[in-house]
Amino acid sequence: MAESSLLRIRDLDLRFYTYEGVVEALDKVKLHIKDGETIGVVGETGCGKSVTGLSELNIIPPPGKIEAGKILLRKNEQWVNLLRQRDAYLRTIRGKEISMIFQDAKSALNPVYTVRQQIAEAILHHRREELCSKLLEDSKNATEGLKQSSLQEGDKAKLRKSVLSKREERLLKMMMEDPEGLIQRTASRIPFLNRFKHRFDNEVKKEVVRMLKDMRIPDPDRVAEMYPHELSGGMAQRVVIAMALSCNPKLLIADEPTTNLDVTVQLQILTLIRDLKKEYGTTIQYITHDMGIVAEMCDRVAVMYAGNVVELAEVMEIFKNPLHPYTKALLECIPRPGTEFKSIEGFVPSLISPPKGCRFNDRCPYAMEKCLREKPEFVSPRKDHQVLCHLYAGESE
Amino acid sequence: MSFMLELEDLKKHFALTGGLLRRKVGAVKAVDGISLTVTKGETFGLVGESGCGKTTLAKTTLRLLNPNSGSIFFDVPDEVRERIRTLQKEKEGGFELRRLRGQWDLAVFKGRKLRDMRRKMQMVYQDPTRSLNPRMLVKDVLLEPLAVQNIARGSSGLKRVSEMLQRVGLNDRHLYRYPHEFSGGQRQRIAIARALITTPKLVFLDEPTSSVDVSVRAQLLRLFQELRKDFDLTYVYISHDLSVVECIADRVAVMYLGKIVELARTAELYERPLHPYSIALFSAIPVPDPTLKRKRVILTGEVPSPVNPPSGCRFHPRCDSAMQVCQTQEPQLLDVGNGHMVACHLFNK
Repeated sequence: MAESSLLRIRDLDLRFYTYEGVVEALDKVKLHIKDGETIGVVGETGCGKSVTGLSELNIIPPPGKIEAGKILLRKNEQWVNLLRQRDAYLRTIRGKEISMIFQDAKSALNPVYTVRQQIAEAILHHRREELCSKLLEDSKNATEGLKQSSLQEGDKAKLRKSVLSKREERLLKMMMEDPEGLIQRTASRIPFLNRFKHRFDNEVKKEVVRMLKDMRIPDPDRVAEMYPHELSGGMAQRVVIAMALSCNPKLLIADEPTTNLDVTVQLQILTLIRDLKKEYGTTIQYITHDMGIVAEMCDRVAVMYAGNVVELAEVMEIFKNPLHPYTKALLECIPRPGTEFKSIEGFVPSLISPPKGCRFNDRCPYAMEKCLREKPEFVSPRKDHQVLCHLYAGESE
Repeated sequence: MSFMLELEDLKKHFALTGGLLRRKVGAVKAVDGISLTVTKGETFGLVGESGCGKTTLAKTTLRLLNPNSGSIFFDVPDEVRERIRTLQKEKEGGFELRRLRGQWDLAVFKGRKLRDMRRKMQMVYQDPTRSLNPRMLVKDVLLEPLAVQNIARGSSGLKRVSEMLQRVGLNDRHLYRYPHEFSGGQRQRIAIARALITTPKLVFLDEPTSSVDVSVRAQLLRLFQELRKDFDLTYVYISHDLSVVECIADRVAVMYLGKIVELARTAELYERPLHPYSIALFSAIPVPDPTLKRKRVILTGEVPSPVNPPSGCRFHPRCDSAMQVCQTQEPQLLDVGNGHMVACHLFNK
């Protein structure tokens, strides 16, 4: 198990220090994400599924603070604890190794920049060197090609266009090392000298359009120059997905990407995410509250309740053989024609003063005395099936 | 057949103005010729994607918006309705038709008459955070309709309010609180209480569960069913959550771009949708069963703008089985047996 996982969260505690009190948003969250899988994180509002995603990128907004625990990412066959890294290092992770699709696509996009500028931002940050060296390579190939005499006039003209002068080449190399250097910046503003910059910008733009095309957006050239308010909800979501995938991350955290969309558009987006997963080989952490989407998209499921992961198993197991009382109740809440509507009695507890012991104890039909006193531990009564409940204590496989 | 509500060729267009003189340059055809009947005591489901005109239809029916044309007959005696129908057929109904419409057609009501009518039709809005005034106490929120309708004031009003609150699962402790002090589910209960306090016959539920969690959603749905029995209500349930509609509605109408494309009994429609749009819509519902493998119909493109809807059948640019006739001729909503109505040339023989 350890070898195949990509990310491991261990005993993560997250607190929000608000005026009303300390909100214990996450309490000893344990989760591991396997390489190449789609893991679903389900739960009701406020159960901590989104902040788990945010913690993985270490972008918890204040007054939130991670108090304890580890988030281990496997990078070059080594485990890196993301919570102990400097910001500069984290910036090489965000977008490149782990990236995120946010809930509301329309508000995730900046209204004053065009789609192209926004997608280019991540590309410029993470893939500048790659694109620069590609340009240099092209230029070299073109020079080689021009020496061959068998070419026709038209082809020659085309090749000549992609040859960079010595000076431009040098500037491009300088930019590759540091885009904000004084010489590079000045040179990019001087006519006749700034061709290297234009060439680079064109290369980025081509990359953006290629990304948009991958998102099955019709007429990507036109969409690239649009502002977010010109896009429909489904289109905006595609752009956000393009942004997240532009640097080919290993882990994609999708935080309810289809909540505000209609079912037919939702199906389009879900199909897109599934196809892209195949193409790019990305691992996906899919955060949702919809059991239907979980059944369709995910390989494994983590069920969360009031800041705890209460159950973790394969998707078939969760639906066929749910163990935790909350999971059972949650599955019964799904309306089915011809049956009575079932709900979970009581309310989600306030996380400022969560119940002692198991956090589900006040709504649980099987609550025992032990549940009121002691916090349950993760046990795995079946293979690859973990559950946080006293009912199964001592029942390890 | 005793119907509660009958809409006849109802249209609501929003004018688009432009230029110096604010001339009319076009219209958003939000509701474009809708005819339907809602029978007494049933729950009528109205589904469709966002922007197809579901909410506008509800608001127009309640006369919160004024329709451009068409008739709304609400709780009209059968013989009067019959008379109006024959007069309309004659074309030259003249004075009598005008008199009858003035008396019974909600679309032309004004003033006091309209207000009396509103007492019998109420609506629960989508987002209770926005539909409840944040500066009014729960008590005042619920007393207002009673005062406006001249039903009760003062202590007798307050008695009714507390009864109503208990009925929807809240209690007297909640009377002197502001809406922000409640959870989403409780807020929606307040909104339901406000709608029911004037003892209406017909209630429009406009996506009442879209802002709450699954466990709360089930509580609300159960409440709706109880209230329907207790108060003898007729519901029009508007939603884009198709799995909920399947459980709660007796008949369902599918809307697309301001038109009804299909209307049938729930079980029939979900089992055997006929219109290509309904087929795509129902196949897009995510089913919470990982073992199930289905054939999905993925629609290409986006919903066209209601300002400039496609000619002929409005669905033809996205339809797999579009024919020549679909581009030019608009299909009529026709019965194909068992009260299953569909507006599609494929079934129009």
